[in-house]
Amino acid sequence: MATTALEHAPAHHEEATGIWSWITTVDHKRIGIMYGVTAFLFFLLGGLEALVIRMQLWGPDGRLVSAEVYNQLFTMHGTTMIFLGVMPLSAMYFNYMIPLQLGARDVAFPRLNAFSYWVFLLGGLIINASWFFGAAPNGGWFGYANLTSAQYSPGLNIDFWTVGLQILGVASLAAAVNFFVTVINLRAPGMGMMHMPMFVWMSFITQILLLLSFPIITVALVLLMIDRSFGTHFFVPAGGGDPILWQHLFWLFGHPEVYILILPSFGIVSEILPVFSRKPLFGYAAMVFSGAFIAFVGFGVWAHHMFSTGMGPFADAFFALATMIIAIPTGVKIFNWIGTVWGGKLEFKTPMLFALGFIAMFIMGGLSGVMHASPPADLQQTDTYFIVAHFHYVLFGGAIFALTGGAYYWWPKMSGKMLDEGLGTLHFWLMMIGFNLTFFPMHIVGLNGMPRRVYTYSAESNFELLNKMETVGAFLLGLAMLVFMWNILKTWRSHQPPAPADPWNGATLEWAIPSPPQHFNFPALPRVHGRDALWEMKRVAGGTLPEPTPVAHDAVPMPNPSWKPLVAALGVAITLGGFIGGSHLWVHAVGLVVLFYGVYAWAFEDPFAATGH
Amino acid sequence: MATAHAHADDHHYTATGIDNRKLAIWTFIGSECMFFASLIGTYLVYKGRDVVGPKPHGEWLLNGVAQEQMLEIPLVTFGTALLLFSSFFVVLALNGAQKGNRKQLIGWLLATIVCGVFFVGMQVYEFNHFAHRGMGYTTNLFSSTFYTLTGFHGTHVTLGLVWLVSVLVVALRGKLPPEKALNLEMAALYWHFVDVVWIVIFPVVYLIR
Repeated sequence: MATTALEHAPAHHEEATGIWSWITTVDHKRIGIMYGVTAFLFFLLGGLEALVIRMQLWGPDGRLVSAEVYNQLFTMHGTTMIFLGVMPLSAMYFNYMIPLQLGARDVAFPRLNAFSYWVFLLGGLIINASWFFGAAPNGGWFGYANLTSAQYSPGLNIDFWTVGLQILGVASLAAAVNFFVTVINLRAPGMGMMHMPMFVWMSFITQILLLLSFPIITVALVLLMIDRSFGTHFFVPAGGGDPILWQHLFWLFGHPEVYILILPSFGIVSEILPVFSRKPLFGYAAMVFSGAFIAFVGFGVWAHHMFSTGMGPFADAFFALATMIIAIPTGVKIFNWIGTVWGGKLEFKTPMLFALGFIAMFIMGGLSGVMHASPPADLQQTDTYFIVAHFHYVLFGGAIFALTGGAYYWWPKMSGKMLDEGLGTLHFWLMMIGFNLTFFPMHIVGLNGMPRRVYTYSAESNFELLNKMETVGAFLLGLAMLVFMWNILKTWRSHQPPAPADPWNGATLEWAIPSPPQHFNFPALPRVHGRDALWEMKRVAGGTLPEPTPVAHDAVPMPNPSWKPLVAALGVAITLGGFIGGSHLWVHAVGLVVLFYGVYAWAFEDPFAATGH
Repeated sequence: MATAHAHADDHHYTATGIDNRKLAIWTFIGSECMFFASLIGTYLVYKGRDVVGPKPHGEWLLNGVAQEQMLEIPLVTFGTALLLFSSFFVVLALNGAQKGNRKQLIGWLLATIVCGVFFVGMQVYEFNHFAHRGMGYTTNLFSSTFYTLTGFHGTHVTLGLVWLVSVLVVALRGKLPPEKALNLEMAALYWHFVDVVWIVIFPVVYLIR
């Protein structure tokens, strides 16, 4: 049957290319690539902001930037890395890999998926447009009211922040609904929930966290925006408002958010380790339930960010204990990863190096995390560089290491090219050394009392040597990024043979189809009977499967491209953008008209209508 | 895997048998619960913490003159009843759509929409009346939290009405056959949700002193 299909695939019937085909695409793989490219550019921008911060702190009494600019730099560094770097990089893998690993043709709602991407892009651009007004957000990524209320932040800075984050929230919620439904409903026939690849499981739990936590930050941002635009007193003490409510609402979102950042990485590592150890994941069920437990308890620990507000001994004890309990399921995961590697036939390819590096670095971040779960210790450590060291060990040593490992692991599938192993190894070691050189000394200066978010330190403080080490480390990290980009460029332009469908002897369904996959992924939906579906198929076939052959591009009807999601996304961005610098009724009105037009055109569009080509 | 044959019904395949769109609406409703929980939480945290101005229950002073309590419970009770009935009516409309009974579908859908419009009208009257009695948006914490909470609910009701009217137009043009009844069911699920949220807001704001 495959031969007849091949005859039906003339060269001029290839998939559409060109800019318009990308703007109107509803293909989860293209949208995944768009998320990846956009997020990587924002990630580089966030990295440059960090390098300026490190140059400012090279020596005592640094004069590279003013205190005002420094505030904008650390605020935008945090906001960018969290909302425009790590989250959308995870979203790249959600988009590209969840349907493939499920054995599905696309996500449940392809046009909604495009909408999510466009809203994300516009939100990111609006926040960063603030630089051109010289008014980048400057209230920290947590935007504590009433510091961010109109009285103390009268400029446009915080407006860009509240509006941008609300727009990004719309993107995250739309995507979360989409992927939640995709995972539940689009599993290949026979794939039970407890057969799903671990990356899909961890991503699924992440969607639940997104669904339940983003509405909370939305309400907080709306109230702050109303305070700033209309003069209400939600967070203004003079009118009876309570700034502590902001902290509760923010961290009720903010703590689940850290699991939103790390759980997809747990999933990526759980994919890489078994493949390069030639062993199934150890303790599959324990991995699923520990992930679910982390997410559940993650909603009951938010006030450990607020010990210094003086909540009293009962609340302090409750949140300290809840926080420490999270160490248990996290420990279960770490032992399961070690159990996976234990006794395996290890292959130290680049993805494996990053996955192992992830485990080591994440343990260190976890240990310092347990330290400030204790209120007395936290009261000493809060607002010092010790905290900065901690969350960089979990978010950089954790999330970024795993996301980078995922890039090396899935690059052949997404691009059809193999990355260079030598450069990959160099990238890993530069990043490992640079990372520890940057962030380990922060533990020490932090415990010695160096405060966060202050633009200089004095010569008498004796922080200089350690800060110089940190700055050198940060530039090593920049160099590691350059090596990565060189690796991409070099292999992209090389004339190497296309990557095989299954370069790593993978266990999951994305490796069953050509690299890169055809538009519809699977000519026929695969039938699955258990975990590690592809390993099982290979075992039944006697060890290996033949290289899959492409079939006619129109063998499976797929939804048409659509520009309506982009129009609806513009509507969202314009409507909310009207809240920058007060409330501009005509901007809201224009935005609503565009939004309603986009939504109606979208709702009454038949995605499978004949296009007349 | 090697077959190039596409199954015609692959596009309707779901692992659970539940339609994707229906599951999506339930998922969205789950998320919306947290949105309203946060607004209701904010209202409760700030209840009774006003520095000046109008109170929801009991007398309050304006320039030394005693004023009556703000909330008009009988009026809003009537509006609440309308909203509750509309949830019942939309079920009858959906039943009509599923059976292919056009008269039942359009009649009860119209009744649902009329009740919804009266509810929004009641809220517009209430807001105007309050503004007339000197309670602006920024007057005090009660006014801000009250207008924000009930205003966001009213916006949801209004969007629900826009959705129901759109479905009505489709039905009037004869384009809502029984196999497409899900198009009404999704709007109806959202409508029930908006109704359930009001069942929480009504006692929290109007009945509990």
